[in-house]
Amino acid sequence: MATETLVRRTPVRSGARPARNKVGLGTRMRRNWQLYAMLAIPLVWLAIFAYWPMYGAIIAFKDYNVIDGILGSRWVGFKHFERFVESYQFGRLIKNTLVLQVYELFATFWPPILLALGLNMARRKWYRRSVQLITYAPHFISTVVVVGIIVVLVDPNTGVLNQFLGIFGVGPIDVLNNPDYFRHLYVWSSSWQTMGFSAIIYLAALTSVSPELHEAAIVDGASRLRRVWHIDLPAIRPVAVILLILNIGTIMTAGFEKVLLLQNTLNLQTSEVLDTYVYKLGFASEVPQFSYAAAIGLFRSVIGLVLLVIANTLARKFAKSSLW
Amino acid sequence: MAMATATPAPVQETRSDRIVMICNYTALGLFTLAVLYPLIYVLSASLSDPKNVVSGKVWLWPVGWSIESFKAVFDYDSIVSGFSNSVLYAVGGSVLATVLTLFAAYPLSRKGLPGKGLIMALFVFTMMFSGGLIPSYLVADQLGILNTRWAIILPAALAVWNMIITRTFFQSTIPEELVEAAKVDGCTDFGFFWRIVLPLSKPIIAVNLLFYAVAQWNSWFSALIYLTNEHLFPLQLVLRQILLQNQFDPSQVRDTAELIRMKELQEQLKYSLIVIATIPPLLVYPFVQKHFVKGAMVGSLKG
Repeated sequence: MATETLVRRTPVRSGARPARNKVGLGTRMRRNWQLYAMLAIPLVWLAIFAYWPMYGAIIAFKDYNVIDGILGSRWVGFKHFERFVESYQFGRLIKNTLVLQVYELFATFWPPILLALGLNMARRKWYRRSVQLITYAPHFISTVVVVGIIVVLVDPNTGVLNQFLGIFGVGPIDVLNNPDYFRHLYVWSSSWQTMGFSAIIYLAALTSVSPELHEAAIVDGASRLRRVWHIDLPAIRPVAVILLILNIGTIMTAGFEKVLLLQNTLNLQTSEVLDTYVYKLGFASEVPQFSYAAAIGLFRSVIGLVLLVIANTLARKFAKSSLW
Repeated sequence: MAMATATPAPVQETRSDRIVMICNYTALGLFTLAVLYPLIYVLSASLSDPKNVVSGKVWLWPVGWSIESFKAVFDYDSIVSGFSNSVLYAVGGSVLATVLTLFAAYPLSRKGLPGKGLIMALFVFTMMFSGGLIPSYLVADQLGILNTRWAIILPAALAVWNMIITRTFFQSTIPEELVEAAKVDGCTDFGFFWRIVLPLSKPIIAVNLLFYAVAQWNSWFSALIYLTNEHLFPLQLVLRQILLQNQFDPSQVRDTAELIRMKELQEQLKYSLIVIATIPPLLVYPFVQKHFVKGAMVGSLKG
């Protein structure tokens, strides 16, 4: 099928290049053999590390055991999926995953936009430069270290948060081990870490705004805020929509590593999400349940894909920009 | 550098505009302080006298100078081995990944390569859908790379997003006419890639090296599932044990006097560890920042 598509497309593409019109597909492929040779290495990597696991995901429909391997194990159809949907964990896991990610989407969406608008408005170069340099920095800090920083800051005995609260006679509050605080801790630390870096892309969109627009608006007597509202905001809207779609698409997967790091037995009630559960079933339980865990993982991947397609369709319809 | 070009100012600012400006500068300053404070606090705590850290006398600047905890960090065996492992993974991993990325991005940037669309789709699809954690683990198992350094480097040897950015860079900097001209002169694709494309692509190569090195330096989860041999652990995994799980293993310290001192330092050790683990990526960053932001923009705007 692939070759058919290519053959059919060939005349259209080579239309722009009359010299190539008479050259057949086979000849063109042979002429480019060195390019294919270069591509071969990454393609082998892709086959092994991206598509082989997709094939391996069929164990979700089998009772996998080490001796029989992926192919030899017995087919069981949707048994594992049914078991998961009926389990008492199902509702809680879906709720925790969605609430956490939607909350994170909210908390990481608007601060970069505000920061970019503010930076774009500021005129002192040294000030802009230092604000940018400092706010980018957390992007380069690892998840383990960010969680480490959180842990030392909120430590009930020595952390600066509880020292501070102590002045007012409040606390100490054991923030880490309390399920009520888990989501806020997780979400606002993400916001702290990504704000500066995410602003880059909005700044880029703002720099492409023609200065003449602003000049014309000034002549017409528009105030600063009016110009932000009518010139700057429309300029970043397409970028904002694309980023929002991308983030909705990753809503089922994102942030899993940090959740696992912040998680402990006392805050499981709100911190257990689909991916951490998969990890536990597969690697942290005494009897690894590979097939069951793979089924939950696959369930998550499929929902993620569906969400991405829906978000993209909506964006194309209402905001007139989309990923594909 | 993504500098915002200042929007033009009116000749005479109105009062309300001036108020908006002042609010803006203040808000930016507050944003910046909010980002900066935790970092400064951790740095100050790591440099303070351990007693002052535990009793909460440190608020902003170091109280009672001491670099004992930094010395102690380097006496802890698994931190030292973790550090050198991480350097190895970051250097080896980023070089391999950059080579793979260039090899994928260059052919896919060329116009009229038969099958280009299909191959591109194969790459992009993996961004949206994956087999999942368990099947990936089983693949590593079947390849026999579990518990080897390859398990850290190979699965991370290409990021499709970086490949797309690199491809966009090639499309916008290597004109098709240049390729045609070189072909007329008898240059092969390999020769063209080696002699023309690579020298023109230094910024994107720097961006890729940095992206992959930072990702490798910061990664810990693949080590958690693929490795059981502690001698292969990257720094981040060692950090997780000490910072988050409070696993402090006395047998890791060589002499006893050191051990007693270390017990006192244990709390402060966390702060100095955070500082040490954060410094390498932050050190590299300003040097490549210029290329880096430029590269990120090329990909994001035209991709």
